[in-house]
Amino acid sequence: MMKFFRRNEKRQLMGLISPGALWILIFFNLPLLIMLFISFVERGRAGGIQIPPVYTIENYRLFFNACATEFAGPACNPWLYLSIFGHSVRIGVIVTFWCIVVGYPLSYFIAKQKPILRDALMVLVIIPFWTNFLVRTYALKQVLASEGLLNSLLNTLQLINQPLEMLFNEFGVVVGLIYGYLPFAILPMYTSIEKFDHTLMEAAADLGASPRRAFWRVMLPMTLPGVIAAFVLVFVPVVGAFVTPDIMGGGKVEMIGTLINRQFGVARNWPFGSGMSMILMVLVMIGVIAYFRSGSERERSAL
Amino acid sequence: MANEFAVEMQDVLKQFVTPEGGILSAVDHVTMQIKDGEFFSLLGPSGCGKTTSLRMIAGFELPTSGKIMIKGNEMSQVSAHQRPVNTVFQQYALFPHMTVEQNIGFGLEMKGVGKAERSARVSEALEMVRLPGMEMRRAKQLSGGQQQRIALARALVNKPEVLLLDEPLGALDLKLRKEMQLELKTLQREVGITFIYVTHDQEEALTMSDRIAVMSKGKALQVGKPEEIYERPANKFVADFIGETNFMDGIVKGQNGKVVVVDLPGSGEVRVESSRTFTSGQQVSVAVRPEKLRLNHEIEGGNNLKGRVEDVIYIGTDTHYGVRFPGGHKLRVREQNIKQSQKELARADDEVTVGFSTTSPRLLTE
Ligand SMILES: Nc1ncnc2c1ncn2[C@@H]1O[C@H](COP(=O)(O)OP(=O)(O)O)[C@@H](O)[C@H]1O
Ligand SMILES: [Mg+2]
Repeated sequence: MMKFFRRNEKRQLMGLISPGALWILIFFNLPLLIMLFISFVERGRAGGIQIPPVYTIENYRLFFNACATEFAGPACNPWLYLSIFGHSVRIGVIVTFWCIVVGYPLSYFIAKQKPILRDALMVLVIIPFWTNFLVRTYALKQVLASEGLLNSLLNTLQLINQPLEMLFNEFGVVVGLIYGYLPFAILPMYTSIEKFDHTLMEAAADLGASPRRAFWRVMLPMTLPGVIAAFVLVFVPVVGAFVTPDIMGGGKVEMIGTLINRQFGVARNWPFGSGMSMILMVLVMIGVIAYFRSGSERERSAL
Repeated sequence: MANEFAVEMQDVLKQFVTPEGGILSAVDHVTMQIKDGEFFSLLGPSGCGKTTSLRMIAGFELPTSGKIMIKGNEMSQVSAHQRPVNTVFQQYALFPHMTVEQNIGFGLEMKGVGKAERSARVSEALEMVRLPGMEMRRAKQLSGGQQQRIALARALVNKPEVLLLDEPLGALDLKLRKEMQLELKTLQREVGITFIYVTHDQEEALTMSDRIAVMSKGKALQVGKPEEIYERPANKFVADFIGETNFMDGIVKGQNGKVVVVDLPGSGEVRVESSRTFTSGQQVSVAVRPEKLRLNHEIEGGNNLKGRVEDVIYIGTDTHYGVRFPGGHKLRVREQNIKQSQKELARADDEVTVGFSTTSPRLLTE
């Protein structure tokens, strides 16, 4: 009887899960498999892929050696793609760093408010999601432009006499990305901080810890899960971002995302684009796993 | 300069703004002195301002007005982490991400005590609270009673001038609580540190304390030794809150030296010794403890009131009798069951006499 019940329950569970599982399978894993396939074949003459498919690993080799192609000129830099990837990681680290450094105190501030104000502030954090991402990025561009809001303001205040170059460079891209991804950092950190029992800070103070030491020794370690979640939620999409670098960088800032985007667009090299996507995915995954590993090891060695 | 007081509160007021926008005096002009090495209890019902008083001494709250001195030093400019006091929190507040050893060693680490000495003193502290060898456990892996001891060790290991304890036994079951009461008291005598102990349990306060401050609605109503508080309560609230007390409302008829004659309308007259002076016609409350009353036992030169038994409750060690008098006054009488086969002294509806001496009751006016 018990057994029957359990099996029945299991079947029910499967029934409940399967639509979701099917959804993920079709719209998530299948495209990934298609991309994996494309990354191992030669490109077609006019874009797309060669039919019938010709299998090759050239697309992967190209990423690690940009000169491994018939189109390579004499000034070819074999490290080109790798350096773009490195650059993307750098921007990812900078953006994630600022999102956490700005987002943490903000989350703390919100968590400390009375319930009504707290909810209102969280709505303010989430509201930008209701507006189209492109529209928001263009709006930010207007603010940062040489004739834009910020430059005019600084000019009026006579703090500058020449407009600051805040667009079409790395600065603009970084600001755009921070602006876009800050809410993703705030949400998980807010959740952690809101759950944190503030009596522990009083206990730390009671035992002689200054507010600063109490923060490093008690509050930060206890809200670390939120910080790690913020790191993953910001870092992963930022490394692969292509819309923001495109708009804010005006084509002058190359990131791995814009590079991949171009392969599917003007460059019409689907196999290379797919190959780079796979590499990006694997490298980011390895990076995140390594980060977690070192985190839990740090915790273990602290015992 | 040596100071005989560990902590002094001088006319301390603490006001909060309530959610409705009103102002609440959680601690209302409290003045008290806590002597060095004393086991001092703050006793009162929930919401009377005990925790707030403790938090001001610890430095988590600043008084709205008034002064707090620790060891003779004024504390208004000294923040919590610099005060020579440690707290045992009501919910223990152990650091969940640290081991027991790290928890207990935290205060020493903040003081810059080296690792070797720290670990020696942590072991010592664990032995003191009778949990040796627990260093590597985590807070979550401990029972409530164990967490309580760790919290105690974490505070005591720092050898503070004053230890503040906020209902530290509140979350424990009765048996463990009784055990810990004795243990805490013994520990306090051993280490000689001043304890300020918050509780709403009058029995606990009476058992453990050298002195007690009874608080109500933010005010300290009476400060004194347990027997003073019990035998000579300053007002009706204290008499009622500490132990059980019978109150009979009456009117002063006259006073002859120390003896005051009080008329209990309809029930008769009683004579009560008092060092205070009363005027005729004054409203008073005759307060007398149930164990000071005798059933059907004439007290020579004392008071003997006639009434009718309303209820009899046998509780093992004692039997309680509720006696009603013609004027509506009621007394609860507690008779100890000394003889094994003691028959009930009376049954419901029996006519009885309740006797008590002139020194047993207190006359209370507020
Ligand atoms: N931070 C605060 N804000 C507003 N009111 C408070 C605050 N802390 C305590 N109170 C109020 O002050 C009164 C005394 O509280 P407390 O000192 O905690 O009492 P006790 O510990 O004796 O139960 C209560 O009415 C409580 O609601
Ligand atoms: Mg309290």
